Amino acid sequence: MRQSSRAWLATPAASYVTVMRSLPLVLVLFWFYFLVPLALGHPVGALASALVAFVLFEAAFYCEIIRAGIASVRVGQTQAALATGMRQAQVFRLIVGPQALRAMVPLLMNQIIIVFQDTSLVYVVALRDFMTAASVVADRDGRPTEMYTVIAVVYLAICFSASKAVEIYQKGHAR
Amino acid sequence: MIEIADVSKAYGRTPVLRHCSAAVARGEVVVVCGPSGSGKSTLIKCVNGLVPFDSGSIRVNGVSVGDKGTDLPAVRARIGMVFQNFELYPHMTALQNVSLAQIHVLKRRRAEADARSEQLLRRVGLADKLASRPDQLSGGQQQRVSIARALAMDPQAMLFDEPTSALDPEMVNEVLEVMQALALDGMTMMVVTHEMGFAQRVADRVLFMDDGAILEDTPKAAFFAEPATERARQFLAKVLSH
Ligand SMILES: Nc1ncnc2c1ncn2[C@@H]1O[C@H](COP(=O)(O)OP(=O)(O)OP(=O)(O)O)[C@@H](O)[C@H]1O
Ligand SMILES: [Mg+2]
Repeated sequence: MRQSSRAWLATPAASYVTVMRSLPLVLVLFWFYFLVPLALGHPVGALASALVAFVLFEAAFYCEIIRAGIASVRVGQTQAALATGMRQAQVFRLIVGPQALRAMVPLLMNQIIIVFQDTSLVYVVALRDFMTAASVVADRDGRPTEMYTVIAVVYLAICFSASKAVEIYQKGHAR
Repeated sequence: MIEIADVSKAYGRTPVLRHCSAAVARGEVVVVCGPSGSGKSTLIKCVNGLVPFDSGSIRVNGVSVGDKGTDLPAVRARIGMVFQNFELYPHMTALQNVSLAQIHVLKRRRAEADARSEQLLRRVGLADKLASRPDQLSGGQQQRVSIARALAMDPQAMLFDEPTSALDPEMVNEVLEVMQALALDGMTMMVVTHEMGFAQRVADRVLFMDDGAILEDTPKAAFFAEPATERARQFLAKVLSH
């Protein structure tokens, strides 16, 4: 939408992306937990507000990745495709889209890893994620060191293998 | 075939084309030359509507390119264009590059399109490169694929924007030879190039542009014997001394 030549679309879209990308996620989580019930006039669950906050927050990052991906395809490619008589939609589907996607995949996968790590932040609105659940167990059993070590290993294993997957993908597509 | 009448264009407040008029008749080869930034690329891209212009008119086969109601894709499908940087689609093989618009624009069946692509790639000397991707081809080979891609649409005219200026010197000739063969076949061609040898061998007329204006539109022999303007004389002296 930011790519649009229509200002009424491009300007709000650009501001949204810029604002969301410069705020810390914790703040956005708090906002939605406290402000949305005020706006609606009745309480919403912690899960619902956290979900909405996450979706809106991450959407801004995905928008930016997608925009950058499309912008990474040279204008000459579009001109060459148009010159053969293709229509705009065909140019996007056959030429710009596939090339943009290729440029985006590593970034999208990285963002997914970040989202996964960020889920631990939901404790601020009293939701239990994996991390919070572990700390509860740790308190109950009185063995925090072991419990937190297990958690660290699990996060590490998931994130490391995901990063490796991204790296392998990038190598496979290196030109 | 191509009639450019009093075309002007500005980027913001900078004029890039000033009252340009020229015509290319069927079967004619017209070379466009001039210093960097003189508006050659802009002019040639106006012809197939890739760049819009502010005033004047351009007709291709009688169809006015600048009109709002004109079906530009239909016009472009019949005019081939070759770019300085080849602009092959990097995610496709040479064969797929040449077949793509045949399938999606001309609605040919894939087998039919591929057969035609193979024939054209053979004609430009690349019969053994059908399955190669652009990054596995040399610059000269890529440019020949892009010529085949344009020819695959059975164009009525071909536009070339400095087709050899991004090439290493030893690859220039393989591309020029393909273009020369096309010209001998009777193709209508508008060619932006600094290759004066090509112009001398192949062109019917030479347009000389400077600062957005067409200063000369002269038959080849006259242009090389004695350019009418001082600017063209200086330009020729410079490019011929290379
Ligand atoms: N998209 C653009 N926006 C603004 N100015 C432009 C744009 N494209 C071209 N120009 C300007 O228009 C003028 C003519 O450009 P053009 O590319 O047509 O020149 P050219 O004769 O093809 O030059 P070259 O030999 O370097 O290819 C130049 O001064 C250039 O800076
Ligand atoms: Mg140019």
